Amino acid sequence: MIEAENVHYSYPSKVEALKGVSITIKDGEFVAIMGQNGAGKSTFVKHFNGLLKPTVGSVKIDGVETTKSSVAALARNVGFVFQNPDHQLFSETVEEEIAFALKNFGLEPEIIEKRIDWALNLLSLTQYRKTSPFLLSGGERKRVALASVLAWDPKTLILDEPTIGQDHEQKEKLRQFIMQLQTQKKTVVIVTHDVEFVAECNPRVVLMKEGKIVADGEGKEILTDPATLELSSIVLPQIAQVFAKLSDLGLPKDIIDIYEAKAILLKEAWRRGK
Amino acid sequence: MGTKVAIIETKNLTYTYPGASKPSIDDVSIKIEKGEFVLITGPSGCGKTTLCRTFNGLVPHFYQGELKGEITVAGLNTLDRHTYEMAKHVGLVFQNPENQLFALSIEKDVAFGLENNGVDRAEMRKKVDWALNQTGIYDIRERSPHEISGGQQQRVAIASVLAMEPEIIVLDEPTSFLDPLSAQKIFEVIYKLNKEQGITVILVEHRLDLTAKYTNHLIVMDQGRVRFEGDPREVLSNEETRLIGVGIPKATLLYELLKKEGLGLSSKIPLCSEELADQLLEALQK
Repeated sequence: MIEAENVHYSYPSKVEALKGVSITIKDGEFVAIMGQNGAGKSTFVKHFNGLLKPTVGSVKIDGVETTKSSVAALARNVGFVFQNPDHQLFSETVEEEIAFALKNFGLEPEIIEKRIDWALNLLSLTQYRKTSPFLLSGGERKRVALASVLAWDPKTLILDEPTIGQDHEQKEKLRQFIMQLQTQKKTVVIVTHDVEFVAECNPRVVLMKEGKIVADGEGKEILTDPATLELSSIVLPQIAQVFAKLSDLGLPKDIIDIYEAKAILLKEAWRRGK
Repeated sequence: MGTKVAIIETKNLTYTYPGASKPSIDDVSIKIEKGEFVLITGPSGCGKTTLCRTFNGLVPHFYQGELKGEITVAGLNTLDRHTYEMAKHVGLVFQNPENQLFALSIEKDVAFGLENNGVDRAEMRKKVDWALNQTGIYDIRERSPHEISGGQQQRVAIASVLAMEPEIIVLDEPTSFLDPLSAQKIFEVIYKLNKEQGITVILVEHRLDLTAKYTNHLIVMDQGRVRFEGDPREVLSNEETRLIGVGIPKATLLYELLKKEGLGLSSKIPLCSEELADQLLEALQK
């Protein structure tokens, strides 16, 4: 469980990035943190694995304050994948990149081998096992960064912009993988601008603006509320955009799922005798 | 598509990075006309970025490796020209903005190319301010490009290229770190430059939901090759495009689901929510 209470954070440059943020994320929850650039999203989630410590307020992971444990100790339970993979990758080969943390955690070589196979396969990277991460495309490097964290199977996953540079198929795999983690009661927190991805996953959505939380609720509710979204510089998902423009027909507006959209529109057509 | 003059043309272009076992682009023959807004998409690792790097000669001059076939950009054979010469014609915005920024302030980064070309001071001031305003970073122009967010860095990279007003702008997922509203504004600026000044735009994107509406020339790549090319309405409704993992806009998908069920929508395949909503209003109200 992640409990943040009245978290304020100021960078050494005195810029106050967080201005009193409180949230409770229970085990097994899937949360998408959204908001405009500079809203403090990345700064906030860096508190969840102790990379940053609050200037004022507190962050507790499973009841323990992050100021009372080291990043190394927290990392075992909280895996963090950065927005920019180049901030994270440093090994000669993809395989070594994935093995690095596993070795650090002192796992047995056979287990490390199995975990590497599993992570490579999951993220469609098997063919690049012996390749340098720096020869890969941007989207592929992002997946290497993800693989290296998933491989140690942390209880909580923090993914900063996981869909950047990913094609449709990879996004769909990521979505299915997150759903699978949900069934194992793992906590997943993503920071993202990708409204279409969030619309497909329909997680709890937290909107931030200027260092504060401005909305917190069900994805379907928040992603179909144009006034709230505009506050955070987010646009409606495409299906919601269509229904917003059909307001004259008296149809429900809180629609983000394409199959739900289809059913409603066909029913309406039938009702109108079309 | 305007004057029908090819500004970029490749013939059987094949390129292999040093040490790579197979080519990253494989037998690519494309023709881009002056003033077009071209969208390139395809699964990650398909060769989109590499193809863009051939347009200003970074491939092969910087990356080395082996290039076969022909390529002409703005009337120049990139193989015979230095990249600094190509840079006057082709502005490239990289996928990762950090690879592109180096100056002490944002403003200096944006002015760098103009300074290099010996543009006079008053003119430079005007162009830099214009580019900073278009991309919404005028107010932070004195900050260091290394202490701002990834999204802001992308704006700086775009401003640096806009300030040069090149004939061709190549953008490789230029707004991936930006929030959707900011991304949309940047795309609108680029679209306007394309329409009003006839600048040729080549945009690499996965997110067709945001961008398909700007183009009438879509190129879909897969495994180094051009698999489909043409009017996006045709390419995106092709079943095979979907099979290679291209993300079809939701409005296009919903249109097809409804059409299949026999709803009387027009035959024009929509690329964005506005187009689909108009068709639905027409079909349900008439």
